Amino acid sequence: MLRYSFRRILSLGLSLLVASAVIFSVVELVPGDPASFMLGTGAQPETIAALREQMGLDQPLPLRYANWLGALLQGDFGQSFTYKAPISELIGDRLQVSLALAVLALLLAVAIALPVGVYAAARRGQAGDAAVMGGTQLGIALPNFWFAMLLVLLFAVKLRWLPAGGFPGWSDPLAGLKALILPAVALALPQAAILARVLRSALIETQGQDYIRTARAKGLSAGQVLRRHALRNALIPVLTIMGMQFSFLLAGAIIIENVFYLPGLGRLIFQAINQRDLIVVQSAVLVLVAAVITVTFIVDLAYALVDPRLRRR
Amino acid sequence: MRPGTILGALLAGLAVLAAAVSFLWTPYDVTQMAIADKLMPPNAGHWLGTDHFGRDILSMIMVGARVSIAVALVAVGIGMGLGVPLGLIAAARRGSWLEETIMRGNDLIFAFPSLVIAILITAIFGPSAVNAIIAIGIFNIPVFARVTRGGALPLWTLDYIRAAEVSGKGAALISLQYILPNIANLLIVQGTIQFSLGILAEAGLSYVGLGAQPPTPSWGRMLAEAQTMVTLAPHVAIIPGLCILLTVLGLNLLGDGLRDALDPRLKVMR
Repeated sequence: MLRYSFRRILSLGLSLLVASAVIFSVVELVPGDPASFMLGTGAQPETIAALREQMGLDQPLPLRYANWLGALLQGDFGQSFTYKAPISELIGDRLQVSLALAVLALLLAVAIALPVGVYAAARRGQAGDAAVMGGTQLGIALPNFWFAMLLVLLFAVKLRWLPAGGFPGWSDPLAGLKALILPAVALALPQAAILARVLRSALIETQGQDYIRTARAKGLSAGQVLRRHALRNALIPVLTIMGMQFSFLLAGAIIIENVFYLPGLGRLIFQAINQRDLIVVQSAVLVLVAAVITVTFIVDLAYALVDPRLRRR
Repeated sequence: MRPGTILGALLAGLAVLAAAVSFLWTPYDVTQMAIADKLMPPNAGHWLGTDHFGRDILSMIMVGARVSIAVALVAVGIGMGLGVPLGLIAAARRGSWLEETIMRGNDLIFAFPSLVIAILITAIFGPSAVNAIIAIGIFNIPVFARVTRGGALPLWTLDYIRAAEVSGKGAALISLQYILPNIANLLIVQGTIQFSLGILAEAGLSYVGLGAQPPTPSWGRMLAEAQTMVTLAPHVAIIPGLCILLTVLGLNLLGDGLRDALDPRLKVMR
């Protein structure tokens, strides 16, 4: 396990390094000079020169990358020139919304998928299973931003139960939570559909195993076997998918955050792109990618911890 | 064939048909505005109603289908065109540094949040359908590379491939002549899945204004424009979303059906 962890940590570090290089160079690909791109056509030459100096554009590319990376490692993400604030602060603020939204959406997805997947597996081949499978097909095909609009129409406009958008902050936790319910549901439903399908097929796959037959032979009912033995083993693939989904929810909320005007990390990136604030774009995208890579790493480790067979790869 | 597969083929076929017919004929000109007729609910003159400029929604949906399908199709083409050769090379040179490099490169692309990068690409190079295609296409490459390698690896251990090797055929020739035809079914199924994901991605990008630009109608942008009018005229928001949903659903059902039809072993497992 130690050797496996060491190898995985090494590859984690390498992935993060390459990812940072890719993000750094993608932003360098901006047509023309980054400073004039950021300031637009109407900018004064002196302003452009000042920004060029602040960004260190007069230095060679590898040196600039090294400096950027060095500062990042010390927690210095640079200064946003549109928000006039340290980027680390901006990202920290936005993460409070994005992380909460991703966690809430994932919890919801699991809460829906678990009973639905177990139900479908238990009624495999029957009408109930067919209905669930049809429903999950619909869920997977659902464009989440459109679903979000329909939710707003029903729960915010017609019924007036929940806010249609915006975020009041966490000073009033209940109001903050209320603002995140509709976006979380919109994000969660398609993910729940995927999760339920994975759980169902994982459960069905365990049915043919010897230990299931043994459990049945010693007198457990089908339901008891499902809960005590099958579910535990079926959870492994489900956990992997959940890890992937968490990173998707963190990054993929970018459009949903726009529908609900939520000040999350995705919306920060989107606004920064529109305002051509490349320094914010670089750092915020890197934070997202680093989060995705790290979550994948943790899931891999947890996976190996649960299933020793995987360590030998 | 299962009823789901037939339904899927019908839904996907309908979208393709609407796109094809739109080249020859649409009920109205999609750029023609008639403010007096704005936000009309579906009626005899306008089967799906009109939008806030009085444009015919059915005509816009038909032309929008063209954009969705073209973007998704070319993005799948990019993914297959680059991903399949990479996967074949990785399988043919299994165990070498070349395979390692290709697969680690794949992992890296997977680690990037695709939507964020797509938005980054379209923002830097300017919003357009072409840049949307490139952005979506890039993320199709590792998917096809992985499926190709996964399908090809077990084939390389089979006797008839060994026989071909012994008879002096090179790895490239064997990959093209024997491996590729044998994994074609896998690729077709994955192609259908990526095609439907491409339609969803295109809709998302054009919803935030980074896909096809006006006056070309696109389903995603129709939704974005409808957002402020959803209370006045719900049909403006419901119809384009329903089109996306049904097209993607159709493609997914078709993909499932194809997988079962092309790989009979899976039927037993269900």
